[in-house]
Amino acid sequence: MSGSLVSSTTAVERNEARELRRANYRGRTYMSLWQPIVVFVGLVGVAYLIALYYDKVKQQSYLWPYPHQVIAQVWDPFFGPQLRQDLLNSSLVALTGLAAAIVIGVVWATLMAQAKWVERSFYPYAVVLQCIPILALVPLIGTLFGYEFFSRVLVTTMIALFPLVSNTLFGLLSADKAQRELFQLQGASRWTILTKLRFPAALPSIFVGLRTAAGLSVIGAIVGDQFFQRGQPGLGVLIQVATSRLNGPGTFAAILTASLLGVLVFIVFGALARLAIGRWYDF
Amino acid sequence: MSITAPPVAPTDTLLDFHDVEMTFPNGVVALHSVDLTVRRGEFVTVVGPSGCGKSTLLRIASGLEKNSHGTASTTTSRIGYVFQDATLLPWRSVTRNVELLAELHKTPKAERTAKAKEAIELVGLTGFETSLPKQLSGGMKMRTSLARSLTLDPELFLFDEPFGALDEITRERLNDELLRLFVEKQFAGLFITHSVSEAVYLSTRVIVMSGRPGTIVDEFEVPFPMPRDPDIRFTAEFAELVGKVSHALREGHS
Repeated sequence: MSGSLVSSTTAVERNEARELRRANYRGRTYMSLWQPIVVFVGLVGVAYLIALYYDKVKQQSYLWPYPHQVIAQVWDPFFGPQLRQDLLNSSLVALTGLAAAIVIGVVWATLMAQAKWVERSFYPYAVVLQCIPILALVPLIGTLFGYEFFSRVLVTTMIALFPLVSNTLFGLLSADKAQRELFQLQGASRWTILTKLRFPAALPSIFVGLRTAAGLSVIGAIVGDQFFQRGQPGLGVLIQVATSRLNGPGTFAAILTASLLGVLVFIVFGALARLAIGRWYDF
Repeated sequence: MSITAPPVAPTDTLLDFHDVEMTFPNGVVALHSVDLTVRRGEFVTVVGPSGCGKSTLLRIASGLEKNSHGTASTTTSRIGYVFQDATLLPWRSVTRNVELLAELHKTPKAERTAKAKEAIELVGLTGFETSLPKQLSGGMKMRTSLARSLTLDPELFLFDEPFGALDEITRERLNDELLRLFVEKQFAGLFITHSVSEAVYLSTRVIVMSGRPGTIVDEFEVPFPMPRDPDIRFTAEFAELVGKVSHALREGHS
């Protein structure tokens, strides 16, 4: 081979590469669906048994309705439209709060990643935010900022913020020293290192934070509702109203809808992550 | 024009260390009174025990670290640096990884692409341009890393134990490739390694360092001509020189 201008990789190297590619492909196959479906059918069965018990034995069927009664609420001429409207309102609060948390969280973490002293000065407050019982603050937020949309969004943002700050910061600091030095040797600026190295390297963990925050934002929207009854009420208000009227099917329908919203956001952000970085990052 | 600039003299010094010392802020003396020159057409390898400051030598040469005493100078700005790990960006394809350095120097797109294509050919990665790092074997990652440095067209090439993590076959293969590049491109090389036989096979000169504080204890000229026949590794002369270097290494260590 000596003297030849164009070299080539060895057969061993090529085999190894082929195997790696195959392993990557296998890793991408989707989880099979039938197992969770079996569990789901089982859970619905148990729900029917409990409903039967409350109906026939305790004679209090409003406490635990039959699953089909719950589903029927979606088409109920009075309850159905209310449910859809409240779902829309809650989604709007959750998404607005989440968007604010993303912006604040990423900017906050990016600033902290710039210098150790900034991190040392500001990270404790991210932890404090995580530690204080936000539920305790909610009434105060109401008296300060009113009982409407803005306060709901504020509660949501506060609840969703921490995982975004901590995961983004962790991600930005994850680019290793040799990689940073590779850029430094070419005289790359701080901004170039941030945009071409640190930020892309941080994306996998930003998405982890995003998925957690998305779930929390739905919780935030519901919690806000429990305290703020004015403005455009959401699913939290609907749950309270249905409970107070002993409307069993309505209560369950509203709770399930809120849960499904949480699951949906989680799935959407998971898919988004796969779409954005799945090509090079294995989840 | 018949009168041209004289050809660059083969003794042209690219790297010059004089009485270089390195003391870290925590008081550890990593290097002590190191004198070292690397000239064009030379491939100098440094062997030494772990923690003897070999890597620090490279870090000073590249400007990543500043020596605390003495003078360390390079006469070129075209310095290639190959890290211990391939340090590829996992979200970039082979081509985009190889283009990175030119991109950081704001080289126009067309020129960048041409350079990357040439470098990829040189290291034998044609056909893998669109592969991502996770799809490459360890040897191919290192080839990509080499190609990336080659786009700088370096006059001085610094290698920090680049093949240490590879298996024996791939390592020998890459040693041959490196020698071929050296003969073709005529850069000056400074190579750090643990392996004595790798050092002897690759270089025109082997430098032996002792442990803390790192000092140069011995130096060997390697007489074998370039380009090298891979089979010289099995000759008596080669074995003898490896023996001498190993001996010096052991003495410096004790």
